[in-house]
Formats: sequence, structure tokens, C-alpha cells
Amino acid sequence: MTRPRTLYEKVWDEHIVCQPAGSAPLLYIDLHLVHEVTSPQAFDGLRAAGRKVRQPKRTVATVDHNIPTEPRGTPIVDLIAAAQIAALQRNCKEFGIPLFDMDSPDQGIVHIIGPELGLTQPGMTIVCGDSHTSTHGALGSLAFGIGTSEVEHVLATQCLPQRKPKSMLIQVNGRLPEGVSAKDLALGIIGKIGTDGATGHVIEYAGEAVRGLSLEGRMTLCNMSIEAGARAGMVAPDETTFAYVRGRRFAPRAEAWEQAVERWRRLASDPGAHYDRVVELDAATLAPFVTWGTNPGMVVAVDEHVPELGDWKTEAERSTAQRMLEYMDLRPGTPIEKISVDRVFIGSCTNSRIEDLRAAAKVVKGHRVNPKVRALVVPGSQMVKQAAEQEGLHKIFSEAGFEWRESGCSMCLGMNPDILQPGERCASTSNRNFEGRQGRGGRTHLVSPMMAAAAAVAGHFTDIRKWRFHP
Amino acid sequence: MRAFRVHTGKVAPLDRVNVDTDQIIPKQFLKRIERTGFGEFLFYDWRRSADGSMNAAFVLNQPQYAGAGILVAGKNFGCGSSREHAVWALEDFGFRAVIAPSFADIFSNNCGKNGVLTVVLREGEVAELMRRAQAAGYSLTVDLEKKQVRDDQGFSASFALDDFTRHCLLNGLDDIGLTLQHEKEIAAYEARMNG
Repeated sequence: MTRPRTLYEKVWDEHIVCQPAGSAPLLYIDLHLVHEVTSPQAFDGLRAAGRKVRQPKRTVATVDHNIPTEPRGTPIVDLIAAAQIAALQRNCKEFGIPLFDMDSPDQGIVHIIGPELGLTQPGMTIVCGDSHTSTHGALGSLAFGIGTSEVEHVLATQCLPQRKPKSMLIQVNGRLPEGVSAKDLALGIIGKIGTDGATGHVIEYAGEAVRGLSLEGRMTLCNMSIEAGARAGMVAPDETTFAYVRGRRFAPRAEAWEQAVERWRRLASDPGAHYDRVVELDAATLAPFVTWGTNPGMVVAVDEHVPELGDWKTEAERSTAQRMLEYMDLRPGTPIEKISVDRVFIGSCTNSRIEDLRAAAKVVKGHRVNPKVRALVVPGSQMVKQAAEQEGLHKIFSEAGFEWRESGCSMCLGMNPDILQPGERCASTSNRNFEGRQGRGGRTHLVSPMMAAAAAVAGHFTDIRKWRFHP
Repeated sequence: MRAFRVHTGKVAPLDRVNVDTDQIIPKQFLKRIERTGFGEFLFYDWRRSADGSMNAAFVLNQPQYAGAGILVAGKNFGCGSSREHAVWALEDFGFRAVIAPSFADIFSNNCGKNGVLTVVLREGEVAELMRRAQAAGYSLTVDLEKKQVRDDQGFSASFALDDFTRHCLLNGLDDIGLTLQHEKEIAAYEARMNG
């Protein structure tokens, strides 16, 4: 009998092209997602070396990072951003790569449209010049972010020399309590293991709480694997996965579908498979979380308070915390619910799918955005936007006083005009609260879509478990 | 890629943990389509005040660290975004090596593709280098051939690096060229999978 293997090992083994002596194994890449920011230098490299794109059909491009979320057709006033978008258009044309451009009904954040179009499938290897590529692991693919040199490498060879990362199981027992979402689970995990807790590892998320998540919830969870330092995050494909993929544009059909599902069923980790590390978590201990510091590991429950400096053991930790508190303009011991916000951002590859917007709309319905707050909803893709509009979600948001925008990365990283002003405090459904991430001097608190929506209405953080929902 | 064998140079101590790539190079500088010229934007928000003037207190603005080729930093250096611009900025600014107790995976890969060496030393060794680098003119040798870091005042520490990355760095190799030597195997894999 063969040795029991994990999901990750099965996908890894399947994609080894060869193991050259004295080199790292060559891993074949099934799908390469490309966007405007991390690709221009890679295409220049190809041209300089006289190389072609080996598999244009395994390569898909879109624009997401620096595009405005104003109505499409509004001229892009940032000329450098416009030049970068134009470069992607030129490069895709020259190298024969399909591009979901600004005016495409399929445009969206690269990690939203991959699964949405059925490009992302279980068992695949997927890369993109973006750290949140880990999102795609929710379908049981091995998906990780790469730099521009590696983008060029994959364009030219469809392979990457890769040292094999270690494996890590995160087992979440029990069910998520009411008001606790996939985002809170992700934040809870990072809070527990730290922002380098999974460095050098591929995480597999398992257990009842993970099985109980929708596919979109699993994407939120896998998306933030990188915030724990992980190379990738994965969830074994199951009926939830197959139901999600079925019928999507690039998904297999008819007989090919049946064969694919049969193959995908075999991907789940074998009983007794070995992991280099195992972390267990009890879902009942989780709460709606809010980050207070300048990395995603600085997490507390909404009914707690900003940590006291005495909570840290070493002088180095204290001085780091002190620095964060100064940047965030927070006093130790402040109750989280007493922190008021100036801005609310609902969007990003972490939380801008239709279920996220539904969850936020449910909170907002029948309420008004606090007059001191400017709130933004940025759907992850044109397809999400259209679906939301069909359900009337845009009306709920607009009538409450949210701005309803076009799809893109937007204020998650503020490469486009959607940025915080210095000193502004934001409840954000995105993934990073780094200094200046959403705009120089801006202060970001990471939360779930429900918590962000509630903060927009209340004008401060508030416990979603006590929210008054209007039917 | 520029080869890295042995580098001796000034050391700049950046005594912070979890330095993310958003700090190394903020997003507004990622719109350029060139690979060069990012050095002036390195640690932009730390090097410059909100009005654009230089922040004299920041370590890289202190005259004694001008021209430093080695950066020493706290654990988990380079975490966050995959932006290779972070490495281009460090390299363009003049850094040939970064020493820390740990690095984020993507950042470390990106360094290896640009002739910038990431050296992992123990926490205590890094702390000692931080301390020694306070002295004006402190200089260190990073020796990839011997996998060793040493100064002329008795400090010496060895480090590990996987053989393939080391081989590419020592010889300044284009690893795309190396992969393309396996054209036959790649084609065979594709034929098998597309069966």
C-alpha cells in the first residue's frame, strides 16, 4: 500500500515535471493569472531575451489594482496608472493572452474572477504575481503568490523551480458561533499563530467549522493564509466545491465533468497522512474580531479592549506595541466599541463576493450610514456587481448612504484614487492594516463585512451579535 | 543577474520586526513599468516626513550609514505583498544583502532572483550585529562561498542557504535559461497531461 498523503502532497506530486540534480524540482503551473502591476517588467524580460509565452491558453489577464472605481468610461487622470494599464493591453495583444479589460463584463479582482469563471479548479497549480493568490486554495488547488521574476519564468516556461514547502494542518473543531464569519476565523487564526506563524508552510484547513463554510467563506479563509506567512492555504474539495464549480464558464462539462469530479474526490488527504505541524482551534472560542495594530495578527474580540502595555512580556514587544498604538492613535485599555470610524470600506479579494455583500446589506437594511462616516462598497467583479444589482443590494446600500462603485482592488491598497487621508480611521473588510496601506497616515482596522456595515451605521465599532436587524 | 560571492560593506541597523513590503516601497511607486530607479522611494514614508522633507532620525538618513551595502533587520522581514519592487528598491539603493532572523517566503524568493542575498542568523546574532552597527564605520563581510558572516572584531556566524539558490547567486545565473534546458521533460509532461 502506498504511503498516505495530504491534499497538498497529492497536488504537488502530480505537477512535478522533473527533479534535476542540484536544482529545485520543476513544478508545472496549470493556470497563471496576470494583472497590470506585477507584469510589465516580466514582459519586457521576455522581449529582451527573445522569448515567447509558452502557454497563452493557460494564462489569463485582467486589470484590477490601479483602476478607478468611478463609473467606467471616466478618463483615468493618473497618467502613470493609465500607462501601466496600456502596457498590459499591449503585452496581452503581442503575446496572445486573453485579457478581461476595463470594459469587459468579466473584469474584476483577479482572485474573484478566477473561481467565478470556473478557471480555478480543484487539484490545479495556480500562480499570480500577487500574494493573495492563496485565495484559490479554497477549491483544493495549490495556489501561491510570486514576484515579477517568477511571473516571467512562468510566462516563458509554464514551470517554476520550487523547493517544497512544509505542511501544516489547521483543524478547527466545532461550529462557528452566530455573528462569527470566515473573516473572523481567519483573523482568529492569525491572532493565535502570528503573522509569521506559517512561514514556509502550506496550510490545509480542516474540521467541522471549515467544512461548514460556504465556498466563498473558504476563499476568505484561504485568502488570508499569506497574512500568517503561509505559502498557500487549501481546503479539500467536497460536495460544496463541486456544486460551486459546476456549470461555470470554464468548468468541464458532460462526461469530462463526471471524470473531473471523480478525480477531485481522490484529492482529500488520506487518513493518517503526516503534517509537519498541526494546530487545533475550538470554533466556540471565536468572536467577531477587530484588529487594533499595524499587522493582521494584532487581533481582539469586539467586546474586548485595546491591550495594555503590561500585556507584553519583553521590552522589544512593548516598544513595538507602543509604536503601533502611536501610529493608530489609540490608548491602551480603550474598549473596542468606543473607537469611532471616519471611513468604511467593504471590498477587496478577501470580502467582496456576493455573499459578503449580502451579509453587509442585511446589516445595513433599514438603517442609515452615520453622518460622520464616508462608506464605500466596491464589488469584487462586474459579475458580483451585476448579481448584487439584480438582488437590489445596491439600493439597500445607496439608500443607506453608501457609495456603490465599480469593481477593483480599490481602497484595499489605495493604488487608485480611493485612499484614506492622513489620520482617518477606517473599518475595512480588506486583509492588511499595515502603516499607510490605505493611504499615508491612514488607520486601518480589519473586520468582517457584517462588522464593517455595523460600524458604518453606528459610527464606531459595535458587536454584531447584538445588532438590531430589520427584516 | 548580478553574481554574489563575497561582499564587504557598511551595515545599517533597522531594529524593527515584521517590516512589510508596503513599508519597503509604498504602493504609489508600483505604477512604473520599468525595473530600475526604485531606490529613491525605498522606505519612503519612513525616510520622508508628510511634507516630503527628509526625516533625519530615520536610520538610512543618518550620515554614518550612507552607502551601506548590508541591512540588518528584525524577524519576518519582507512580509506582506509579493511586490518585487521592494527588492528592486533595496538593490537600487545599494543593498547587496539583508540579514534577519527570518524572512517572508515570497520576498526571499524575489531577492534570490535579483542578486540580493538574504542571510538568516539567530536572534542573538542579529541583536549583536544591531549593537555593533551602532559604531560609525562598522563593516561586515558576507561570504556566500563560505556561507559565513564575519567582521574584523571577532564576530563570525555561519548561515544556511539551499544549494540551488546559492549556485544561481554565486554564478549570477538566469534560472529561466536553466529551466529551458528541460524543454524535453516539460513537453513530455504536457503531452502526458493533455493525453
